[in-house]
Amino acid sequence: MSGWTRDEMMTVAAARRLWDGCVCFVGIGLPSAACNLARLTHAPEIVLIYESGTIGTRPSTLPLSIGDGELAETALCVVPLPEVFSYYLQAGRVDVGFLGAAQIDRFGNLNSTVIGPYDEPRTRLPGAGGAPEIAAHAKQTFAIMRASPRTFVPQIDFRTTAGFLEGGDARAKTGMRGGGPRAVITDFGILTPAAPSNELTLSALFPGASVEEARAAIGWELAIGAAVETLAAPTAHELSVLRALNARTHAAHRRAVELPA
Amino acid sequence: MQFLSLAEAIEEFVHDGACVALEGFTHLIPFAAGHEIIRQGRRDLHLVRMTPDIVYDQMIGMGCAEKLTFSWGGNPGVGSLHRLRDAVENKWPRPLEIDEHSHAGMAAGYCAGAARLPFGVLRGYAGADLASVNPNVRGVRCPYTGEDLATVPALNPDVTVLHAQRADRKGNVAIHGIVGAQKEAALAAAALLVTAEEIVDELPPAMNSIVFPHWTVSAAVHCPGGAYPSYAHGFYRRDNSFYQSWDAIARDRESFRAWMARHVLACPDHKAHLASLRKEL
Repeated sequence: MSGWTRDEMMTVAAARRLWDGCVCFVGIGLPSAACNLARLTHAPEIVLIYESGTIGTRPSTLPLSIGDGELAETALCVVPLPEVFSYYLQAGRVDVGFLGAAQIDRFGNLNSTVIGPYDEPRTRLPGAGGAPEIAAHAKQTFAIMRASPRTFVPQIDFRTTAGFLEGGDARAKTGMRGGGPRAVITDFGILTPAAPSNELTLSALFPGASVEEARAAIGWELAIGAAVETLAAPTAHELSVLRALNARTHAAHRRAVELPA
Repeated sequence: MQFLSLAEAIEEFVHDGACVALEGFTHLIPFAAGHEIIRQGRRDLHLVRMTPDIVYDQMIGMGCAEKLTFSWGGNPGVGSLHRLRDAVENKWPRPLEIDEHSHAGMAAGYCAGAARLPFGVLRGYAGADLASVNPNVRGVRCPYTGEDLATVPALNPDVTVLHAQRADRKGNVAIHGIVGAQKEAALAAAALLVTAEEIVDELPPAMNSIVFPHWTVSAAVHCPGGAYPSYAHGFYRRDNSFYQSWDAIARDRESFRAWMARHVLACPDHKAHLASLRKEL
């Protein structure tokens, strides 16, 4: 198997951040792909929780929605939604929250609500869902987003989900129990918050990506870490598992469903 | 508890101006009931639902709604709900007032509603702008610890509508699989209307499962396929390809209206709706 795409590397880099046995609250889309890749490679005992209340789920294909039937059929248990948010997330039983968004700022605050003013939005986005409380209560959060100056912006239009707020100890002062953003995985490398400002800083690049490219993709003046690591390319095993997962998923989502009689 | 036809049940329980929750978290979404509300031309509804999904996209696009209480308004895994967006961005076909929450906040509102408490309490909305744009998100100081906590008002719909796998002949109703916030939304409402895949002599053994006892159910309707294109676990799968194709149908006002005219308004009931879709496969 030769060659890989940036999207594949992004999913692989995100999956590698997850450890075997960790309890992970999974958002749909890129986070779901990364979490399931981790489960199918180096982290077979990872516990995946989707906000639909499916706990310890092991789907063979990626779900289109957070409530596809296979998530329930392959779960350890399925609990009502108020329970997953109160007794698991708010109670501190989640190690990693894995999020995506439309916009992010230098302190890892996320916008998935509106582009433009809230009352007269240019673009109305889906909204918060579980994200504000996932970000408040998970012991740490990862975000995964493709980078462009339109998505990595100096000022987000709406703060749907708190990262480090205005930076420094602003988050700590709110009393939020979760630790906040630990990494932002994007399509050239990884940004991590640097002490004491907690500003997102370039800490790793994909093979073939450059600091100049990273700077150009970020809408604020990107801080560069003292030692920027170059990540290992995806292994043949990672790639074959990811491609097989994507192929199964693609086929499953297009399979015609017999209409109920 | 009474057994009614779907048309009779909507006529009797869903009135213009009512606060209505059609719940179901991806699974068991009561599409047939939503379509009947559209057919009967209900107006000025306050729709409540955590994840508006296609069914509310359809109701909003057809002008049924005046207000929406929600926590995530997209087509899961696909993208936007274009009719919801058009209503918020362009006030088409009419302005839509929104009361927006997070999932945890809305779940707390339903839990408080079911318990007939005035508000729900959570560690939520911290550092989030929703708290500054939605005056319903407030706070309270814990009388025991002094901690500041977020509050949301109880959600108490006039009527909650659910789709279920089974009801028995007394009107006891059972659901299983992904159950979202249906139990809370059902018990928070003044009236509970249920459509069911099948009506059976006896429900399967129920210990620890979710059952709505007959005196909590206002009316039950036998409505096979009533959740399609959502799903009823054990009966039919979610039609993910339909959810994907909805994006193109709903993107444009005219193609949306044409689809609704052909597949909902021109169909006398849900059976005819499903037959109209089958014909185009």
